[in-house]
Amino acid sequence: MGSAVVEIVRVRGDETESIGRAAYEHPLIVRLCHWVNAIALFVMVGSGLQIFRAFPSFGAKIPQHDLLHWPKAFAIGGWLGGALQWHLTFMWIYMATGLIYLGYQLFSGNYRQVMFTHRDIPGAWPVVKHYFFRGPKPELGEAYNSLQKQAYTTVIILGVLSVLTGLAIWKPVQFSWLAWLMGGFHWARLWHFIVMWVMLGFVFGHLVMVILHGWNNFASMLTGWKKDPEY
Amino acid sequence: MDTDEVNPKSGSEKMAEHKADRKQIRERKLSALSRRELLKLTPVLALGAFAVPRFQKSLLKKGLGISDWVSARMFRTGHLAPTFGDSDVTRFEKFPINDYDVDDPGVILENWSLAVSGLVKKPGEYTLDQVQVLPLVRQNTRHVCVEGWDVIGRFGGARLSDFLSVIGADSTARFVSVKCADDYYESLDMATALHPQTLLCYEMYDRPLTREHGAPLRLNVPTKIGYKQAKYLTDLKVTNVLEKVGYWEDQGYSSFYGL
Repeated sequence: MGSAVVEIVRVRGDETESIGRAAYEHPLIVRLCHWVNAIALFVMVGSGLQIFRAFPSFGAKIPQHDLLHWPKAFAIGGWLGGALQWHLTFMWIYMATGLIYLGYQLFSGNYRQVMFTHRDIPGAWPVVKHYFFRGPKPELGEAYNSLQKQAYTTVIILGVLSVLTGLAIWKPVQFSWLAWLMGGFHWARLWHFIVMWVMLGFVFGHLVMVILHGWNNFASMLTGWKKDPEY
Repeated sequence: MDTDEVNPKSGSEKMAEHKADRKQIRERKLSALSRRELLKLTPVLALGAFAVPRFQKSLLKKGLGISDWVSARMFRTGHLAPTFGDSDVTRFEKFPINDYDVDDPGVILENWSLAVSGLVKKPGEYTLDQVQVLPLVRQNTRHVCVEGWDVIGRFGGARLSDFLSVIGADSTARFVSVKCADDYYESLDMATALHPQTLLCYEMYDRPLTREHGAPLRLNVPTKIGYKQAKYLTDLKVTNVLEKVGYWEDQGYSSFYGL
């Protein structure tokens, strides 16, 4: 389901010249949620890594075997207490944008533009061939190809998991069932960490694709309007 | 979105024929529209307030305050922290000793007593015997450090709620605060103080508390983070007003930090 495409015209006197096409792809609420959430995610990752620095391990405290030394320069908060303040403040912003986004997508039906379903499976392989094996570019009849939908759907699920695993660490008693589901507090902490890295993997791929696909794509998340869409 | 309907006769015939059903928008109108849509994103810049040193501290304090407020409301008095079988308990030697100053503040155990004050009917000095006559509760519960590590320990002691009845504490008061032999101090909200798993703990692993673990008396609160489990208690006060919340809380940690 693609957005309605309009013709961009330049008018000179009686002459009307078509100079391209445009589609309004991203409603304001989606764009607001995208950018606020991007900032919140940045703060959550930065402060989360500072929290991790306090005990950079997933094993026993005695003896302690550190998993990795994350440099302080790439962390937010300066110390454990500061990082917790950032983390426990921005988690509300992170969750709020996530909930508003999900609520809007569900009620507006806009989720159909993004959600990966079984109908997208056949289209996945040609896109993989195009991206990784120099295959021909498949025709696109909608805003996103099946791999994009797969990526965006996965990251939404990861976002939900990041909140649930975080809740299990923050409140392992009140949400003891949640911590139990994840294998206990200890494991929930590890899941929270893994979910973060997978999300960072998405962010990396997302940024690479935005750079490769040029300005129009980036601008559409700012103005809502995508110039010269493929469909 | 608003689009301009352009006279269908203008433009090349071919184009009109090909895209007769397609709406059109003037180039200028689209730029104006795009600019307006971009401006609508300016509320995002409000987050920049967090980067301003003057606002940062109070904004983060407010954020942490919201988290504490929500935490207090999430706390359920009847909900017990998970307990574990004896085989799940971390070996005693592997139970970390954390303190802010010294492992052993040199409490003279023979002379020790707990000074009770505040909103209680029977203030004064209480001996360890007066705590130990209360029913002994033993529990294997998880100790979670704010740093991220956790151990399962075996704790034994009297319910703080039992002790609070002995001293005739006003249970409508808001806080129970404690002071320690090493100048550490802590506080609990009354709901947590009355929780059945909150102990005035005098034994670990079925043996009297060692000096490093807080002899002769410490807090064991399985519904709270590690830094609330104060050791080497010397004073206990029931109060509505906290001058200070706790050693770490006053450095910027969460005041409530319920698990």
